[in-house]
Amino acid sequence: MKKVIVPIGPYHPLFEEPEYFALYCDGERVVDVEWIAGYNHRGIEKISESKHWDQITFLVERICGICSTSHPIAYCNAVEDLAKVEIPERAKYIRCIIGELERIHSHLLWVGLAGHFLGYNTVFMWAWKYREPILDIMEMITGNRNHYAMMKIGGVRRDIDDAYIPIIRKILEDLKPKLNMLTNAVLDDPVLAARLKGVGVLTDKDIKEFGALGPVARASGLDIDVRRDSPHAAYDLVEWKVITQNEGDVFARAVVRLLECFESMKIIEQCLDNLKGKKGEISIDVRNIPPGEGIGHYEAPRGECFHYVRSDGTGSPLRHKIRAPSFNNIPTFKASCIGETISDVTIILAGVDPCYCCTERAIVAYDVNTQKKILDGSDFIRLSQEKTRKIEKEIGVAPSRWEEKNWERDN
Amino acid sequence: MVLSLRKKALKKSLFVFHLSTGSCNNCDIEILDCLTPRFDIERFGITLAGSVKHADVLLVTGIGTLKNIERVKKLYQQMPKPGFVVAIGSCACTGGMFRDGYTMAGPLDKIIPVDVYIPGCPPKPEAMIAGIVKLLNSIK
Amino acid sequence: MDTLETIKKRFSDRIINIKIHSDIRIYIEIDKKDLLDFAKFIFNDMDARFITATGVDNLDSMEVLYHFSIDREDVIVSLRVLLDREDPVIESLTPVVKGALNIEKEMYELLGIKFLNHPELKRFLLTEEYPEGVFPLRKDSQKGKK
Ligand code: SF4
Repeated sequence: MKKVIVPIGPYHPLFEEPEYFALYCDGERVVDVEWIAGYNHRGIEKISESKHWDQITFLVERICGICSTSHPIAYCNAVEDLAKVEIPERAKYIRCIIGELERIHSHLLWVGLAGHFLGYNTVFMWAWKYREPILDIMEMITGNRNHYAMMKIGGVRRDIDDAYIPIIRKILEDLKPKLNMLTNAVLDDPVLAARLKGVGVLTDKDIKEFGALGPVARASGLDIDVRRDSPHAAYDLVEWKVITQNEGDVFARAVVRLLECFESMKIIEQCLDNLKGKKGEISIDVRNIPPGEGIGHYEAPRGECFHYVRSDGTGSPLRHKIRAPSFNNIPTFKASCIGETISDVTIILAGVDPCYCCTERAIVAYDVNTQKKILDGSDFIRLSQEKTRKIEKEIGVAPSRWEEKNWERDN
Repeated sequence: MVLSLRKKALKKSLFVFHLSTGSCNNCDIEILDCLTPRFDIERFGITLAGSVKHADVLLVTGIGTLKNIERVKKLYQQMPKPGFVVAIGSCACTGGMFRDGYTMAGPLDKIIPVDVYIPGCPPKPEAMIAGIVKLLNSIK
Repeated sequence: MDTLETIKKRFSDRIINIKIHSDIRIYIEIDKKDLLDFAKFIFNDMDARFITATGVDNLDSMEVLYHFSIDREDVIVSLRVLLDREDPVIESLTPVVKGALNIEKEMYELLGIKFLNHPELKRFLLTEEYPEGVFPLRKDSQKGKK
């Protein structure tokens, strides 16, 4: 039997980092997956050892552009655990607000890209358009669209002024119906359901073995969420619930992500209520970090961020270990891709949300024996989009005119 | 003469190829943002190319890690000339806070020649558009 | 504190040292030959979630910390194993916990810790050209420091 290796990456639109996957295929079926990383390895753990405790919040922010407040929160949690300090209440609410705003924009980003891979460019444009108001809020309260630099050991760096609160509320109110529309459009679509249901299934046993986290775990029925299980910031002071699904397929992951956006809005609104009209400290002074070790974690949009720090009492850490959620989520491809067809692989890889980055496709498929090129990057997305069109025909739904036009132009 | 004609044609509609060489992906998202309804650079005739062989401009983000340099060089060679290289973000311009790292091979201008630098971490989409406009104006 | 009691009851004589940082952060030092027994018990019987492992260079020894989270009690148990710095070798955890595969590869190439019975111990993050025997996360490797 002739096996074909299909390399995905290192430059591929699915990944935040240039990352490399080798798919071993037998005909249409995938029989094995191998992950080769390191194209984006910047040695942050080592650089961290040469920076001051305060500077590291800026460094960890730049691990990932989408979770750019989750890492600082996890890091601050770790140092606060080490130094045994409790942050002021107002700071807790502000941390929550920033964290949840980030979750909404990150999930919308995912929905958009997933739509693109399925050939639904409308979803892509919608989702990214609705993401902009969130970035506007961020720019208003923190000064930057991404990389907010809000976290600080012992609290937060900036206060949220009372004057901003009604504006934030207004933006969120306006966003809600649109988000509702988007959610319904995605979840009620027969084509998307046919395309995503039963694809890339992960059982709860797989999840436990690989240690997968976040929406991936919750879509497989595992009820874990660090925000609830290990209360920090203000998550135990507000009302919200953890969204879980049992199917474990890509569709369930989409459901979890979309519904989580609404929970996040709930949290933000309650936090704003608690900030309004009150005054208070936003941070306490933490001057010396005592010797010892500390662990902090935070539920980033993709799962648990984990930071371990060790101090010897000097100005910078002795060791700083960072574990991002995708590190545990990506190896689940070994369980979810095997046995699926090549045209589904794109969306399965995307379903885990492995931190996207590049827009460009540089996947090339080589025949193992002849080394001849058989598929390339755009082919992959084309395969995926073709499958959607086929299902559309079977179900008897006509693609929108706009989609059709684009489809013809692109091919 | 041939070249200037080509350049003239080039100015009308730029095809950009986006390449990340070890970034935090925020710059990459902001590049994508330029394509979405709010900024919509397609109205200027700028569009994302699917392959570097169709591209006029290489948008590069990230510090350029040791593992990436060979690929960056290769992609640069494959780009049809005349072509331009834009370094986006502090990482690509200077190395930023990663300059001391053990996998650092950049900044970008050590690897390939760079025409435009757009600093910022990440630069706002407006800044990127402004950078591209400056590039267009500089083509003579 | 159930977690600690359960572990203590099961392995009373094999624990070298216990450090209780706070109610929810427990560090247990064990000998390297006991690692698999402890890990099996905590991961399978106590239904913990494997978070990750941390390798630390202490200059006089190599240290590996295996972090497990018991979510329903909000406790993180870290198993601490000290290894000889000149020749750090330890049994791989991958046969017990599949999720340990990549983190062990990472420790192998960044810190030079060898894992016995690991299915694919090879380069993962660094380039092929990166010099052999140079481990960037060790304290005596200066690159990456000012
Ligand atoms: S310049 Fe900033 S935003 Fe851009 S890749 Fe570098 S760290 Fe990320």
